[in-house]
Amino acid sequence: MRIRCPLCGDRDSREFTCMGHETYMHRPAGEGWGPAWDSYLHLRDNPAGVTRDLWYHGAGCTAWLLVERDTTTHDILRVELASDAKRGNA
Amino acid sequence: MRIESKGRIDADQPISFNFDGHGYTGFKGDTLASALLASGVKLMGRSFKYHRPRGVLTAGSEEPNALVEIGRGAAQVPNVRATMQEIYDGLEACSQNRMGPLAHDLLSVNDLFPNFLSAGFYYKTFMWPRAFWEKLYEPLIRRAAGLGSLSGRDNPDPYEKAFAHCDILVIGSGPTGLMAALTAALGGADVIVAEESADFGGRLLSEAEDIDGQPGADWVADMLDALRDTGRVRLMPRTTVTGAYDQGTYGALERVGLHLDGPADLPKECFWRINARQAVLAAGALERPIAFPMNDRPGIMMASAVRSYLHRYGVAAGRKVTLFASNDDAHRTALDLIASGIEIAGVVDSRPEARARGDYPLFAGAQVITTKGRKALSEITIRHNGSDRKIATDCLAMSGGWNPTLHLTCHMNGRPVWREDIAGFVPAEDAVPGLIPAGACQGTYSTAGCLAEGVAAAKKALSAMGGNTPKIEVPIARDSAGGSKPLWLVTGKGRAWLDFANDVTSKDIKLAAQEAFASVEHMKRYTTQGMAPDQGKNSNIGALAILADATGRAIPETGTTTYRPPYVPVSIAAFGAGAQGKGFAPERLTTSHEASRERGAPMIEAGLWYRPSYFPRPGETTWRQSCDREVLMTRNAVGVCDVSTLGKIDIQGPDAGVFLDVVYANLFSTLQVGRVRYGLMLREDGHIMDDGTTARLGDNHYVMTTTTAAAGEVMKHLDFVQQCLRPDLNVRCISVTEQWAQFAVAGPRSRELLNGLLDRQIDSESFPFMACGAVSLMGVSGRLFRISFSGEHAYEIAVPSRYGDALFRQLLTQAETMGGGAYGMEALNVMRIEKGFVTHSDIDGRVVPFDIGMARMVSAKKMCIGKPATTREGLKGAERQQLVGLKPVGAVKELTAGAHLFEADAAPVRVNDLGHISSVAFSPELGHFIGLGFLKDGPNRVGEVVKMVDHLRKVETRVEVCPPVFHDPEGEKLRG
Amino acid sequence: MVKLVEKTPAEGLLPLEINGISLTELVPAAITSLMPFDGQEAAASALLSSLLGMECPHPNRSTGRDGARAVWVGRGQIFVVGKAVDASVARHAALTDQSDAWAVFSLQGHGVEDVLARLTPLDLNRAVFKRGHAARSLLGHMSAVILRTGENTFEIMVFRSMARTAVHELETAMRAVAARDALR
Repeated sequence: MRIRCPLCGDRDSREFTCMGHETYMHRPAGEGWGPAWDSYLHLRDNPAGVTRDLWYHGAGCTAWLLVERDTTTHDILRVELASDAKRGNA
Repeated sequence: MRIESKGRIDADQPISFNFDGHGYTGFKGDTLASALLASGVKLMGRSFKYHRPRGVLTAGSEEPNALVEIGRGAAQVPNVRATMQEIYDGLEACSQNRMGPLAHDLLSVNDLFPNFLSAGFYYKTFMWPRAFWEKLYEPLIRRAAGLGSLSGRDNPDPYEKAFAHCDILVIGSGPTGLMAALTAALGGADVIVAEESADFGGRLLSEAEDIDGQPGADWVADMLDALRDTGRVRLMPRTTVTGAYDQGTYGALERVGLHLDGPADLPKECFWRINARQAVLAAGALERPIAFPMNDRPGIMMASAVRSYLHRYGVAAGRKVTLFASNDDAHRTALDLIASGIEIAGVVDSRPEARARGDYPLFAGAQVITTKGRKALSEITIRHNGSDRKIATDCLAMSGGWNPTLHLTCHMNGRPVWREDIAGFVPAEDAVPGLIPAGACQGTYSTAGCLAEGVAAAKKALSAMGGNTPKIEVPIARDSAGGSKPLWLVTGKGRAWLDFANDVTSKDIKLAAQEAFASVEHMKRYTTQGMAPDQGKNSNIGALAILADATGRAIPETGTTTYRPPYVPVSIAAFGAGAQGKGFAPERLTTSHEASRERGAPMIEAGLWYRPSYFPRPGETTWRQSCDREVLMTRNAVGVCDVSTLGKIDIQGPDAGVFLDVVYANLFSTLQVGRVRYGLMLREDGHIMDDGTTARLGDNHYVMTTTTAAAGEVMKHLDFVQQCLRPDLNVRCISVTEQWAQFAVAGPRSRELLNGLLDRQIDSESFPFMACGAVSLMGVSGRLFRISFSGEHAYEIAVPSRYGDALFRQLLTQAETMGGGAYGMEALNVMRIEKGFVTHSDIDGRVVPFDIGMARMVSAKKMCIGKPATTREGLKGAERQQLVGLKPVGAVKELTAGAHLFEADAAPVRVNDLGHISSVAFSPELGHFIGLGFLKDGPNRVGEVVKMVDHLRKVETRVEVCPPVFHDPEGEKLRG
Repeated sequence: MVKLVEKTPAEGLLPLEINGISLTELVPAAITSLMPFDGQEAAASALLSSLLGMECPHPNRSTGRDGARAVWVGRGQIFVVGKAVDASVARHAALTDQSDAWAVFSLQGHGVEDVLARLTPLDLNRAVFKRGHAARSLLGHMSAVILRTGENTFEIMVFRSMARTAVHELETAMRAVAARDALR
């Protein structure tokens, strides 16, 4: 498997680690525990199709990447820097 | 029998080798199989289950019968296909799967009772009594069923792994592959051609066939020159592409040094990971056997293999050859052999319409119904026009048509498609993105068709990359593959083998269907068809056809048969190359490593780091003696310990303080410049991730320390928080672990020691507890931190790593004159336990701040990672197991880490579990064991006695619950 | 007073030459990490240019002047190698001394790409990875900066503590590649 890092270019999968769904980027508001936090930490869909995960280019440029891919075909549809995506959403 | 002036072997280079203890001679260019055949050896192995005598069936990597052990001693390799093993002087090969000599295998008794060993035999027979399974049945079956054997020792041979990159990978180098490679290279692509065999050319080396009016092999040589001339083609012989993976990644196994007695550093095999933008699959096709009664005798071979041995190796597989075929193509075998002066005793073609293409006796519409000859074929019986006829023969060439070698197209879930016109499966369209099948592997069997498809596939690949396609003329070649009609099974008396390697017969398939294992996948598992080293290359399609017939369905209705990687067996040594021994993980060595080793310190691993365990002195015979001395030495005078391995992260920027407030539970934005604070880092689920001290070196500059093993994880976490959660914070982080050599100097005389080296003296006012700052030490700029992990008056002094070795030696020299010296990890651990400081053996990922009495460290003044989760139900309160100190008060005076805690009168079972001991040490100061552990409602039970039980080590004692700090609970020493 | 003696990361391990490929240790005068603060990238680059005559390189590239080099080594991170960076740059970027943190090797000789192909997943093909190209990737299991400085020359940086492992891995690969001469 290969991922095209927006900074480094096309790289072998061994340089990356996967954290999980992009949900982790969207921390709920508020300091008290509640269903939103439970959902943020524990509840994930398992889609057959397009999904977006966070990958860490730890053995490369150390950028966190937002990778859009299809779980049924393994196609990687889009890769962007997580920091860019977060700033865009903010 | 060798035929003079035939073949590609070098008759001027004879080679001596050994098979089953006998010496033989072959020639350079021979495989073990061709050299043995040339020497008249037909018996090369024993079958898996029935131990039937077997000869070579094929001339390629799909060989199911001629599996041998190569080499002797530790480097012995089992299950090597004799068809792939090239010979070299001194090669030692041994047949396998036998008891006694190959010709008189004692286990061939199994062959007398085939009905007992039919499909499902093991499942049905070894059911009871249950207790017999482990002690009797399994060892017996294992003894009888294993194929080759391993030496059981470490393999000393070198293997390697490597990476390769190209625009277009061409898999196979027959007519299709060579044309594809040339087209691709002329189109400007960087090309890799992977060829499984030692020589490029594929079937062209095994046939008497012209291309553009010149012999196939000559055309191949010209093509190779043309490829080299482009300067864009990397030719990889002896390289089998074993798997197709996502995004154009291919695995390939290269047999680097298996074919010669090479230098010691030469790897035996190399496992390549090839990254290709596009690939052309030109893997050709494999001829399929016919399942007829007693079709497994030595001397019965694939017709294509007979031609390979003739044309490539100059070997006649028999003196009086017969042919059993269902297609025109196979008739070439007879013509080629006749041209070499070999007698053809008869050609048996199952098609009534078959016509002879030369001067040989043809039996059209006939079938071979049985054979004779225990250790070598001597006679076949054919049924022709309703009557039986016996023909004496020592070699029967068979051909049931061809199966496209589409295996790689299945590796990403592609399901092959049935093509009635060729009675075979072809690759599904776009089965692997970027992998373009061409030629025989997609059912095109004429040479002209293959050449044209090679060109077309390369053009398609070039276009996909956005490149130009060159003009290429397709050479003129044989443009018909001839007629073919499938023949799957000849019924009659006797077993008809499908899977030779696993001894699966047509009867087994029918039995599976009868017993309701009618789906292909069930049938395979029930009969073990397709599970041998050849992975069904010879038998899958035949078995499927027979299953279809048995269940009254058409072949495509019955199912498809798919393949998983690897295409050929790959040795574990190749997969694991580079990761054996020291290659498993990098070794990280501190700057004091050499000095510590010189003092005889044994090393222990901490993450990837190596740290000294203790520093033995003359007269000390156990680690405990050294450790006790080091503890007392530090507590009474001064000790020095390398702490460089702790993670150090430089954090700078206008928002550095705010950033630390986010990642730490406690406040750091309020820390004064020149001061250090202990910090607790939480995971988002409220549990402790790591702890350590962080110093503020300037307004916008902090340096964080992490525990040794968690440094990488913390860095990744900081990157995550900064990039994914708070990119609005203007802050920069970088590891400085490697930049600084850092040493703890601990003990009542620590300041005295340091003042002997510092260019400017320090005192308790200029450097109070938890102070930090830049210092100059023997003219070198460094950093000094007054922090203590031992509970003593202590410092950590950091200098650039280039000075680490010198400073460590200097510190030890000074310390030794003061009654101190170096201490290792054991003493460090004892002192931190005495002081009640936790490490990751205590904060093991299940611990929240409340559990270690630090709930109040989670600042109320700000939000931080993990804060909401700490308020969850169940993460605080009396039900939690909380940190306590423990000391033994029972008859047994030893504590063990990992032991569990119970009420004194409770049974030591899970439901009564109250907690566990996480760290233990013998305190030389107190003269007894102490421990840290987690006990339900522990802080409220101080003074009570509970029971410690270690079921694993069989230790049980009574322990008293204490506060976790045993040493200097008021902290006077560290502040003094 | 006694002077503290300096040691290089690969002290006593190198040089090494196998079959025309050499591995030597380089000891740059300084290595400084330069990470521009938000919005300061251009200013940092301009100042660096006026001080040392080289700009901050783009990702996967390096710039050089008078024996010093600026190498892109990761997200928002440049290493200035060979010359010290003036403290004034700290207005625009986080500066961190890395002079002692890295073992720096030069691997040189015909076929040097074959040696590295045993250890790094990078495509170092001359047409793809040209002189001045830099990458942050793996050398075996080690994080590494890999830089082509010439036709047949690469500079490789790994963490100082891993110097011995790096030399061992490179030497093993050099020997394996050299042994392939037996196949010719």
